[in-house]
Amino acid sequence: MLRFIVRRLLQLIPILLGLSVLLFAWLRALPGGPARAALGERATPEAIARYNELFGLDQPIWVQYLRFLGRALTLDFGSSTQYGRPVTEVFLERFPGTIELTVFAMVFAVGVGIPLGYLAARRYGSFLDSASVVGSLIGVAIPVFFLAYLFRLLFAVELGWLPGSGRQDVRIDATRVTNFYVLDGLLTGEWDAAWDAVLHLILPAIALGTIPLAIIVRITRASVLDVVNEDYVRTANAKGLATSTVRRRHVIRNALLPVSTTIGLQTGLLLSGAVLTETVFAFGGVGLTLRDAITYRDFAVLQGFILMLAVVYVLVNLLVDISYGLLDPRVRAR
Amino acid sequence: MTVLGQYKRERIDALAAQAGQPEGEGGVSLTRSAFRRLRRDPVAITGAVIVLVFLAVAAFAPLLAPRDPITQYLLSEIRPGSIPGPRQGFPLGVDNLGRDLLSRLIWGSRQSLLIGFVSTVLGVLVGMTLGILAGAFGGWVDAVVMRFVDILLSIPGLLMAITVSVLLGQSQTSLMIAIAVTQVPIFARLLRGSMLAQRGSDYAVAARALGVRRGRIVFGHVLPNSLSPVIVQATLSLATAIIEAAALSFLGLGDPDIARPEWGAMLANAQDFLSVRPALAIWPALCIIVVALGFTLLGERLREALDPKFRR
Repeated sequence: MLRFIVRRLLQLIPILLGLSVLLFAWLRALPGGPARAALGERATPEAIARYNELFGLDQPIWVQYLRFLGRALTLDFGSSTQYGRPVTEVFLERFPGTIELTVFAMVFAVGVGIPLGYLAARRYGSFLDSASVVGSLIGVAIPVFFLAYLFRLLFAVELGWLPGSGRQDVRIDATRVTNFYVLDGLLTGEWDAAWDAVLHLILPAIALGTIPLAIIVRITRASVLDVVNEDYVRTANAKGLATSTVRRRHVIRNALLPVSTTIGLQTGLLLSGAVLTETVFAFGGVGLTLRDAITYRDFAVLQGFILMLAVVYVLVNLLVDISYGLLDPRVRAR
Repeated sequence: MTVLGQYKRERIDALAAQAGQPEGEGGVSLTRSAFRRLRRDPVAITGAVIVLVFLAVAAFAPLLAPRDPITQYLLSEIRPGSIPGPRQGFPLGVDNLGRDLLSRLIWGSRQSLLIGFVSTVLGVLVGMTLGILAGAFGGWVDAVVMRFVDILLSIPGLLMAITVSVLLGQSQTSLMIAIAVTQVPIFARLLRGSMLAQRGSDYAVAARALGVRRGRIVFGHVLPNSLSPVIVQATLSLATAIIEAAALSFLGLGDPDIARPEWGAMLANAQDFLSVRPALAIWPALCIIVVALGFTLLGERLREALDPKFRR
């Protein structure tokens, strides 16, 4: 198992290096290059020359790349033109919000998706089955941000059941420990602050979780239908095991293997979707920050955030691979 | 040449073509039997009809649209907090700038489908080239190509599209390229995998044993047989491409040309007026959902029809 993990970790190195080359090249390829990106479109040629000298941009390109790589390894991606602060600092401040949002969205998608997919497969051909198939098809076809706007309009603006913007009511003066607002409230015992943060998470999380939900329902359903027809299930039934035991020990356990891979792959979808959902709900995570960075052409933030998010994505998929190896011994052998 | 001669030649050609095809179920080729099954499948038909209807609307937009999509009407009636709804001559009302919503939707189908098709075709072409390189040569070419593809895959789709779009600046072309780039790694992996699977198959081994050149084996035998998953994925990708274009428009990276109405841009623009007139957002959103659904239904059923596992 250890060898498997080490091998997977080693395989990450070329990917991460490639990623750094890609994003390094990206900033150089922008019209005007990094200097114009940092100083704005109206920078004078003298200012650009001074900037280039200051940051070593007059050096050969490979020297520049090695410097970039060196700084990237210490998580130094320069300063945001928008906030005037180091990119990493902004990222670390905003990322907890996105983690909270994606975790809630995933809990929603998995918590609803697996039982629904399982029930649909159990009642194959029933109304519930057809409804879940149709629903999951539509779920994949809806633009996330449109769904988010609909939820906000309906449940926050019209009905007023849930808050429709931000991460917490501005009137709450909560103590910040980790920047995970829910966790902070729990840690400091400020229950109302934690609860308010949870309320703020519900609508964005449901909007964000809808596509993963639709996919999880479909995969679970298909996978349960596959497993139910396997020989070992027939054997288990034939040897007289209780139906509930067969379902728990043989059907569900095996059916969830492909589902767990899907859950890992969904992280990318969630991070992408978070950019859109956070924008709609003015939810202060990395997604909203990225959107602002696009609007204000804050290239340092774009470069740093995308690189860090890609690393997170790669690492999550690595974790999924490893957990898959733990669940299924056949994977380790490969 | 006589008509009869022509007829005979066609018959022979048809026979020759039939003989060249591998025997499937009851002497029918895999592709043909797949189409036969698709024709009987109500879900596939629904998807196909949706797609065809929208293609027709896009093709005949100038004839179908009741008004010019960029001329402004009823301007005197548009106030903050009130946008005229459906009425005589404006079946769906007008948008915040007084442009006829129905006509914009009809013209918009052109741009949305165009963006979907061009970006998918681009993604398929580049992805396939990479996949063929990797699948045909194997060895270090395969390793290099696949590492590159892995790097592309390591950036979540929309973030990748944002990166490319910011780099290329705001235009319809850059929108298409941005979406295409997110599709490239998918097709490259898919085609490589499918070619590797075909390369070990009996007919490929037989061809190699007969001394057929590698180029001929790859392009004449392996590639044509590896294409069906690519076709399926391309159909599904069309749906994703159209949704992704809407997302990029929403983030302010869409087509800046106002003379080209496009659903994604319309939807993005309508968000500001959602509480005033939700219909402005709902109609373009419905169009996107229905078209995406059409491609998805068609793609899913195509996958099942081409997959021998599902054959009944």
